[in-house]
Amino acid sequence: MSGILNSSIGRKFAMALSAFFLMIFVLQHFAINLLSVLSPDTFNEVSHFMGTFWVIQYVIQPILIIGVIFHFVMGFVLEIKNNKANGVKYAKNNGAANSTWMSRNMIWSGGFILAFLVIHFIDFWIPEINTKYIVGDMSGMHNGEFRYFHELQEKFVPIWRVALYCVGFVFLALHLLHGFDSAFQSVGANNKYTKGLKGFGKAYAIIIPVGFIFIALFHHFNH
Amino acid sequence: MALDSKVPKGPIKDKWTDYKNHIDLVNPANKRHIDVIVVGTGLAGGSAAATLAELGYNVKAFAYQDSPRRAHSIAAQGGINAAKNYQGDGDSTYRLFYDTVKGGDYRSREANVYRLAEVSANIIDQCVAQGVPFARDYGGLLDNRSFGGVLVSRTFYAKGQTGQQLLLGAYSAMNRQIARGKIEMFNRHEMLDVVIVDGKARGIIARNLITGEIERHSAHAVVVGSGGYGNVYFLSTNAMGSNATAAWKIHKKGAYFANPCYTQIHPTCIPRSGDYQSKLTLMSESLRNDGRIWVPKNMEDVMAIREGRKKPTELSEDERDYYLERRYPAFGNLVPRDVASRAAKERCDAGYGVNATGEAVYLDFASAFERYGKEQAKIHNIENPSPAKIKELGQAIVEAKYGNLFQMYEKIIDQNPYETPMMIYPAVHYTMGGVWVDYNLMTTIPGCYCIGEANFSDHGANRLGASALMQGLADGYFVLPYTIGDYLSADIRTGKIPTDSKEFDEAEKEVTERIDFFMNNKGTKSVDYFHKKLGKIMWDKVGMSRNAEGLTEAMAEIKAIRAEFWKDIYIPGTANEMNPELEKAGRVADFLELGELFAKDALMREESCGGHFREESAELDGPQKGEAKRNDEDFAFVAAWEYKGEPGDAVLHKEELEFKDIELKQRSYK
Amino acid sequence: MNLTLKIWRQKDSKAKGQMVDYKVTDISEHMSFLEMMDVLNEQLVNSGEEPVAFDHDCREGICGMCSMYINGEAHGPDRGVTTCQLHMRMFNDGDTITIEPFRAAAFPVIKDLVVDRMAFERIQQAGGYISVNTSGNTQDANSIPISKHAADEAMDAATCIGCGACVASCKNSSAMLFVGAKVSQYALLPQGQVEAADRVQNMVAQMDLEGFGNCTNTGACEVECPKGISLENIARMNREYLSATLKG
Repeated sequence: MSGILNSSIGRKFAMALSAFFLMIFVLQHFAINLLSVLSPDTFNEVSHFMGTFWVIQYVIQPILIIGVIFHFVMGFVLEIKNNKANGVKYAKNNGAANSTWMSRNMIWSGGFILAFLVIHFIDFWIPEINTKYIVGDMSGMHNGEFRYFHELQEKFVPIWRVALYCVGFVFLALHLLHGFDSAFQSVGANNKYTKGLKGFGKAYAIIIPVGFIFIALFHHFNH
Repeated sequence: MALDSKVPKGPIKDKWTDYKNHIDLVNPANKRHIDVIVVGTGLAGGSAAATLAELGYNVKAFAYQDSPRRAHSIAAQGGINAAKNYQGDGDSTYRLFYDTVKGGDYRSREANVYRLAEVSANIIDQCVAQGVPFARDYGGLLDNRSFGGVLVSRTFYAKGQTGQQLLLGAYSAMNRQIARGKIEMFNRHEMLDVVIVDGKARGIIARNLITGEIERHSAHAVVVGSGGYGNVYFLSTNAMGSNATAAWKIHKKGAYFANPCYTQIHPTCIPRSGDYQSKLTLMSESLRNDGRIWVPKNMEDVMAIREGRKKPTELSEDERDYYLERRYPAFGNLVPRDVASRAAKERCDAGYGVNATGEAVYLDFASAFERYGKEQAKIHNIENPSPAKIKELGQAIVEAKYGNLFQMYEKIIDQNPYETPMMIYPAVHYTMGGVWVDYNLMTTIPGCYCIGEANFSDHGANRLGASALMQGLADGYFVLPYTIGDYLSADIRTGKIPTDSKEFDEAEKEVTERIDFFMNNKGTKSVDYFHKKLGKIMWDKVGMSRNAEGLTEAMAEIKAIRAEFWKDIYIPGTANEMNPELEKAGRVADFLELGELFAKDALMREESCGGHFREESAELDGPQKGEAKRNDEDFAFVAAWEYKGEPGDAVLHKEELEFKDIELKQRSYK
Repeated sequence: MNLTLKIWRQKDSKAKGQMVDYKVTDISEHMSFLEMMDVLNEQLVNSGEEPVAFDHDCREGICGMCSMYINGEAHGPDRGVTTCQLHMRMFNDGDTITIEPFRAAAFPVIKDLVVDRMAFERIQQAGGYISVNTSGNTQDANSIPISKHAADEAMDAATCIGCGACVASCKNSSAMLFVGAKVSQYALLPQGQVEAADRVQNMVAQMDLEGFGNCTNTGACEVECPKGISLENIARMNREYLSATLKG
C-alpha cells in the first residue's frame, strides 16, 4: 500500500480518498453547526457528545487530523512535481479556453483554506483541547450550563472574524466546485451516473459553504 | 538479365502452400545471427519488421517520421478486403482473386494475386487477435460493407479509420518487439542509399534527421517498404513527406522499376482552392454509394454558380447533367475509380467545373436524404411526413454513415454538405507501379526485397478499393517472412556484415557529396519551386489521360527542370542539423528522375488500361465509343526498367503475363 | 489578410530559444494553418533566412505529427482538429498569432517548433500491445463475439493519434489521456484481458518514469484533443490500475 503512493495514479487515489473523508467531515460539521441556529440546546448536547465520546476523540479525530495534513502535504507535493513536469512556460497560454478557473487553481484555493484552518484551529480547536486535556475539565459546563453555544456566539461578535470566515468559505466553495467531481474521477468513477453526480457535486459545493456563511452571519446578528 | 518471376509450378490454388512446404528455412538458433533492415514502417514495413523479429531475426527498422505510427497507411479510410464470406454472399478466394485481376485490368501477375486472396482471411484473424477494433454488428460478429463496385460484401472496416487501426495493430506488434530488443527502431532517419557487397544488398546509408549525421547500417538483407511515389505530382493525397527516395535508390543500384506509369487517380477528393494548396484530401469512395455526381447542363448556370449568382440547389433536375448515370447506366455513380475520375476531368475540361478554379463537380446527397427519409418514415409509422421531416430523417441516416466525412468537408471548405452539394475532384492517390519483384518479393538485387505500395506487384493497372491495406499486410505478415528465409538460409555462416568495407565507404561518399553539393550550391530557388513545376507537367501531360505528343514534351521538360534544379537550387541552414529543406531537396531530386521514367513508360505503353488512359487507344465506334481500349496482344506484359545512368536511357525488360485461370475481357460498365 | 506571427525559434535542443516576430501578407482565409506556415517559410527561404522547422506529414488530421501551440491552445482555437486542419478563417486581418512548441519536460524541443515525443513511444513499448505472434493459425476472427458497445467504445479510445496535445494543454503536463486511451482500448476487448493487469501497471510506471505530471482532472486534455478522446478513459485506467495494484 505504501508502494502505491509512488505512482501517479496512486497519489491521485490517495488524494481522492482523503478528500472523500474531508467532505464527509465537512458535511457533519455543517449539520451540527446548523443545530446552533435551529436549537441551541440540541447543539450543546451534540457538541458535548462529540467532544467527549472516546471513539470520536481518540479514533476519528486523529484520523481526521492525519487526513487534513495528508491532503495538504500531498497537494503541495503534487504541485511541486507538476511544476517540474512542465518545463519551459508558455509565452501565451489560454487555459480559460479548455478548463475552469477552479480546476487550475486548486493550490490557491487550498492554500487559502489552509490559512483559514489555522485561524479556525486557534479560535476553537486549541482552546477546546486546552480545556479538556490540559486543564482537564471534561464537564463541558461553564457557570452551570453547557458552554458550547455560548462560546460559539462569542466568537462571531467581531465583524473582522465573520468577514474572514466568509472569505474562507468562498474558497472552500471554489475548491469543492472542482474537487468533488475530481475525487470521483480519480477513483475511477466515470460512468452513466457521472452527469447526475456532477449536479449533486455542484449543489454540495455551493450549499455547504453558503450554509456556513449563513450560520456565521446569523450568530453575528443574533447574539 | 532475363526476368525470372520464380512463380512455382502447379495449380494456382496449391502454388503457395506447396511452395512454403519446400523452401529452405533458417533454424531458430541461427536466426539470431542474422540481421534484416526494414525501411519504412507503414502497414507493409511495420508488419514485416514485427513478424521478422518474432521469428527471431535482428531487425533494424527505419522511419523518417518520429514514430512508426505516423506512416501514411494511417490515412486509409475505407476498409480492408478479405475473402471470409461471413455474409454468405458467395465470396471465395477465387472470387477475390478474380475481382482483383479484373479490377487491375489484367495487368497483374496471377500467382501473386491468388496468394494475396488466399492470405487475406488470415489478416483479419491476425488483426482481431491483436485487438484491432473492427466494426461489429449487434450479435457481436464482424460487420462488412461492399466497396468499389464488386458484387459481394467483403470489406472489413473500423469506422472511417481502418488504415489507422490496422497500422496501430502492426505498430503495437512492433512495440512488443522493440521492448524485447529484437527490433532496433530508428525514428527520424532517412535511407539515402543501399550498399551492395558482392552483388548482394548488405546494408544502407541513412541520415539522422535530427543531427544530420550520416550512418552506416549493415544487414544480411534489406527490405524496402517505403510506399508509393504519388508526390511526383506535388499535389496528391499522400503525406507531405511521402517520397520515392528509398525505392529510387535501389533502382539506381540495380533494381528494375516496373510500370511507373500506373497511377491511380481517386475521384472523390476535396477540390483545390488555390495555388498555395499543399496537399489534397481524400474522402472515402463509399460516398459514391449514396451521392449522385453532376454538373450543370448549361454553361450559363456554370457561370452563374461560379460567380455566386446562383446556388446549385436552385437548379432543377432538367438543368443538371448526371453524367455518370448518363454514360454508364449499368454502374452509374459506382463505376470504378479510373472511369469516374476521367469522366469528371472530361466535364471540367469541357468547361463545366463548378468552383472558381473550374476543377470541381458536385456530389449530391439530396436524393439519398429523400430515399432514406421515406424509408425511415415508413419504419417509424409516420403518416404523410412533410418534406422537411423526410429530409431530417434521411439526413440522420446519412450522418450515421458518413458523419465524419461530412464534418471533415465542412471544416475544409466551410460549406455545409447537408444543405448544399459537396464539391469533389479527382486527385492522385496511389501508385500501382513500383519496384519489380519476383514471387518472393525480391527485387533484381539479390537480398533486396520490396513490399507494399513500393513494389509493383498485385494491383496491375488499377487498384480496387480496400485492397491496398490487404496487400501491405499480406506482404509484411504472411509472405515476406517466409520467402526471405529461403534466401537467408544461405547466410547462417556469414557472420556480421562489416561496415568498414570499401563498398560502404563508396556509398557513404556518394551520399555525402550530394549533400555537400546541396549545401554549397548558392542558387536562388527553393525546393518547392521545382517540385511544383514538376507536378504541373506531370498533372497536365502525364495525368489522367495522356497522348504521345504530350508525353514526349513532358520528358523533355522534366529533363530541363532537372538541369535547372541542379544549377539553381538553394538550401538554407547547414547539413549538421535538422534541415527540412535539405530533406525535401533529396526527395525532389529523385522525383525529377522518376518523373521522366514515368513519362517514358507511359509513352511506351500505347494502350489504355486501368488507371492509364492513352488517348490514341480508345474505342472508335460501337456502344463503347470513346472508352478505354486495352491491347492484350501487344501489351500484356510488365514493363520493368533498368537504370542506365539517365532516366531517358532506361532499358525495357518485359515480363510477359500469362492468364491461365482467368479469361481476359474488356471491362464494360455501360 | 495580413498577420503578425510571434514564433518560437530555437536552433537545437541545447540552444536557448526566443520568440521572433514575422509578418505575412495576403493570406487567404481558405488556407490551412500549415499552408500559411509554408508561405512564411517560402518567404524566409527566398530572403536567405532559415525557415521555421515544424512537424507535419499527412495534413489531413490523422498522422498526429503536427504539434503547435497556437494562441495559447494546442492545435489552435478550433475544436476537434489538428493544426493541419485548422483554417485561417479562424483568424482576422491584423491579428497577432503566437506560435510555440508543445511544452513539457518530457517533450524537449528539438528545433523551433519540433519536439521529441519519444516518451510516448517508450510508454507504448512498455505494454501497449497484445502479446500475440503473427501466424496463419490464429483462431477465426468471429470465434469470440464482442458486443457492439464494447467494440465501439474500444474504437473510440483507439482513435487517439498520439499527437501529444493532451500533455501540451495540461497544466501538469500529464500524459494520462494518452495512456488511458490505450489502456482502455485493450481493457474493453476480451483479447486484451489476459495481460490487462500487467499492461496497466507497466504503462503507468513508464509514464511516471518519463516525467509526466500528475493528473488533476482539469479536463483541458479532453477539450483540446483533436479526436475527442473522453476523460472516461482516464477513469477506466484509474480503475484498472487500482484493482491491478490492490489485488497485487
